[in-house]
Amino acid sequence: MKILVCISRTPDTTAKIAFTENNTKFATDGVQWIINPYDEWYALVRAIELKEKDPTITLHLITVGDSECDPIIRKALALGGDEAIRVNTANTDAYFISSQIAKIAKEGSYDLIMTGKETIDHNGSSIGPMIAELMDLPFVGLATKLDITSTSGSISREIEGGEEMLEVAFPFVISCQKGMAEARIPNMRGIMAARTKPLNVSEPIAADTLTNNIAFELPPAKSGVRLIPAETPELLVKILKEEAKVI
Amino acid sequence: MSVLIFTEHSEDSIKKSSLESISYGVALAAKLNTEAISLVIGNTNANLALLGEYGIKKVFHANHAGINLSDTRQLTNIICDEAIKQHADVIIFSNTITAKGIAPRVSVRLKSGLVTGVVGLPDLTNGFTVKKNVFSGKAFSEISIATEKKVLTLNPNCFEIHKTGGLAEVISIQTDVKESGIKVTSVNKIEGEIPLAEAEKVVSAGRGLKGPENWGMVEELAKLLGAATACSRPVSDSDWRPHHEHVGQTGLSIAPNLYIAIGISGAIQHLAGVNRSKTIVVINKDPEAPFFKAADYGIVGDAFEVVPKIISAIKELKNAG
Repeated sequence: MKILVCISRTPDTTAKIAFTENNTKFATDGVQWIINPYDEWYALVRAIELKEKDPTITLHLITVGDSECDPIIRKALALGGDEAIRVNTANTDAYFISSQIAKIAKEGSYDLIMTGKETIDHNGSSIGPMIAELMDLPFVGLATKLDITSTSGSISREIEGGEEMLEVAFPFVISCQKGMAEARIPNMRGIMAARTKPLNVSEPIAADTLTNNIAFELPPAKSGVRLIPAETPELLVKILKEEAKVI
Repeated sequence: MSVLIFTEHSEDSIKKSSLESISYGVALAAKLNTEAISLVIGNTNANLALLGEYGIKKVFHANHAGINLSDTRQLTNIICDEAIKQHADVIIFSNTITAKGIAPRVSVRLKSGLVTGVVGLPDLTNGFTVKKNVFSGKAFSEISIATEKKVLTLNPNCFEIHKTGGLAEVISIQTDVKESGIKVTSVNKIEGEIPLAEAEKVVSAGRGLKGPENWGMVEELAKLLGAATACSRPVSDSDWRPHHEHVGQTGLSIAPNLYIAIGISGAIQHLAGVNRSKTIVVINKDPEAPFFKAADYGIVGDAFEVVPKIISAIKELKNAG
């Protein structure tokens, strides 16, 4: 049983979002970088839990990015996993990144490929299904529970207005969200062990970029809050009805 | 040439988010001088000819044995087959749970650039660029698509539904689908609730409510307004409310017309998920709560006193009207 967890490096959730170079680049000054929370809290931690139950599982991590990604890969390895692969290239669009991961995933004959439901910077939610399509595998999105047997996974996942339980035979790709696992903090033993775990750097394959980011823009600032006295909340109802016209 | 809109439905009706996508696709088709067509997959009692009222001339309907709506590979096959047959240049989805699993596959299969979560019509003056939300709602990005064919997913509540009138021709289609490797063992539908992602109004509450036993007034207010209920991350982490109600950077990102936040301080991560809401109302007893800076209207006061008064004011309004 082999599991591959895809992780991405994103700005911390509290990072100030600003742009430079005529609004074409994200301003990285003073930004703390983290493992994309969905990748870490849900996909990676659930994979680690599965390996704790069955130590014969091989657990690999993969990221696409330059050497600036190494600290977050070490952190991921400190949480768990046997080894990591970094595809050494600037990450451009989802198609390019998915092509890199699909190539490694094919070579590694993984039974299960896990991603977070989306990254908190690009919010594309595209990598999982793209990998699945490139490999002609089933894809299950927005999973909240995953248990496995030697041949298949049983999954709960969110659907519009409810949840659905599925059985899917390996191999397949799954994207994970809240409910899958609880966030963990790496312990000292994990951090020490991570130092000697293999971090294999792999060179990228040629792949197309189908989309380009032209410019960023911040949303217009709110004009300021209009306060309504706590003694007269009925005034709020009147304003929402007559001025804002939203009720 | 055509613009193909993947149209989602429940048992009895076309989804509101899909009607928005249809209006978007019809507007885009007009810009591109082509026609907008709709593709519906699976069984529905909705009268598909009525999609003509929104400017659709032809509805292609795949509803034959062997289709498993939970299988993204099968849906991708059907959509790509029809997109090729109808010479679709742009394929439009709503940015829903279903589409999130299919649109990226369609993009790969047709080698067509994908932008998910777009918020408006593309700019065609210099190629094809379209705006989408990034950084969990904290910014927008302009993305240009380099390929001839394009795939877009439209965020809910971003495009107004337009009715033009007329009836569409409904054409049954049949596509060979491979046997599905995905077995649905059971489905739990939450009855009667308004899906949060599509809701036009949302009433949300946070730790300020002190415990799950105090959610009665939140639910009552939501019901009166026809709103969905939501919550902050600490509330869902403490299991006071179900996980699917969590809005914010690591939960659901929403953009309703009205967002009422009760007892939520407004941490940056929470704001990221809700700051695209058109009107934001904040009720908090702490005048320093950061949420007030992002709000349109605010009441500094104790939720347990303020909210019941709002509820009675709305009841009065309803009785009067």
